[in-house]
Amino acid sequence: MSVLRRGAATALAIARKDALSELRGRQASGSTLFFAALVLLLFGFALGPDSRRLTEAAPGLLWLAIVFGGLLTVARLHQLEVEDGAMEQLALYPVDRRAIYAGKALAGAVAMLALGAVLLPVVAILYAIPIGSAWLPLITTVALGAVGFAAVGTAYAGLTVRMRAREVMLPLLMLPIVAPLLLAAVKATTVALNGDPFGELGAWLQLLAAFDIVMLVAGAGTYGFLLED
Amino acid sequence: MKTRILGFVGLAAVIGAAVFGLVVVPADLNQGDAQRIMYPHVASAWLGELSFGVTALAGIGYLWRRDLRLDAIAHAAAEVGVLFTAFAIWGGMMWGRPVWGVYWQWEDPRLATTALLLALGIGYLLLRRLSDDPARRATRAAVVGIIAALDIPIIHFSVIWWRGLHQTPTFGDPSKLLNPSAPGLFVIALMGMLAAFTIVWCYLMIRRYQLARIEWQIEEHGRLGRISAARRAAALNAVVQETSE
Repeated sequence: MSVLRRGAATALAIARKDALSELRGRQASGSTLFFAALVLLLFGFALGPDSRRLTEAAPGLLWLAIVFGGLLTVARLHQLEVEDGAMEQLALYPVDRRAIYAGKALAGAVAMLALGAVLLPVVAILYAIPIGSAWLPLITTVALGAVGFAAVGTAYAGLTVRMRAREVMLPLLMLPIVAPLLLAAVKATTVALNGDPFGELGAWLQLLAAFDIVMLVAGAGTYGFLLED
Repeated sequence: MKTRILGFVGLAAVIGAAVFGLVVVPADLNQGDAQRIMYPHVASAWLGELSFGVTALAGIGYLWRRDLRLDAIAHAAAEVGVLFTAFAIWGGMMWGRPVWGVYWQWEDPRLATTALLLALGIGYLLLRRLSDDPARRATRAAVVGIIAALDIPIIHFSVIWWRGLHQTPTFGDPSKLLNPSAPGLFVIALMGMLAAFTIVWCYLMIRRYQLARIEWQIEEHGRLGRISAARRAAALNAVVQETSE
């Protein structure tokens, strides 16, 4: 039990460090939010002024914006470590590697959740979606999506951060992996906004949760190898 | 020599299975001759999936044993897997055009799954090309191979559900594709093609593995060459400095 508690303390300390440096630095997180909101605005131009079409496409556009913003978010969380030479220090700490992974993934999930929390009202305003009545399933979907994306993103950002051409390799490797997450999250969002007439919401949330669990286990199991290399 | 014989056996088997599928088996009642594409298509799709399974297992083995030969197997399987998967998609599109009227059918869960499989395989191969150090490349590739293999069942389920939770699949079910006037012959044609493709698969795996070992030797040679060149330059430098003093 004490091993678990020590691991949780390590993870929280790492997540707290990331959150602090993000809040004090701030420039990067602000630009990511702005970038994602800009993507939503450009989708509006791409799909034309027909507001009905935009309303229909809104769940998909929201999640694409979250995915694009999320790619920048998870990349930055590792970029900071490498720039300051902190990655080696992190690898040398005499703690469980899985705790380090959990900490980085937690920081990533919180950042992704913030991204989703900002983008939801932006979508609601730009594409005229009533999110007020479905806030609970929407927040649940965003939370599950954030955890899953951070679970994959932490492992893959740790893998690509010291590579050549990492800016293109991270999305290239990650996008096919998160395809089922995107699909389930878009479906859950659509269903939630329609008031879930066929009772499908639970199934999609379960699929998201299953994705989260599989990827968290896979990430925790492999992250240690990536820290060593 | 033995590998070359295997190659010729594979070639002969593919020709034999092709003749059987094209000439001996009658055309399908509903789909006509287009149905014959199914024999190589299904065989290559299955072997493509098998390949990525081999890549993931060899990756786990590498992380456990740190043996670069396992990494070479993973690499060989991924490359052969991309080849077979691409061939399966191409065959599926050739079949889809006459039967469905379109090359790409979003309603078919297998097509979307296979496309993502191909994207994962290509990503894996690109990742390998961008890492120079053999051990580091092997570790990264192993992690990517394992995570991708875990993702494939989730992709498959999600895409099936995506089409509608209440519908039952109509397309993409092999037992329905092989629903013919002469079931026995159709099954023999498919199994024969699968056996022939499996021999070719084994041949390509062995050849790619051998190639990977040659590639190491070249890499190692290049590294040793660079080291000795650096040493020579340093020695020359020392001599020059000594004489100038």
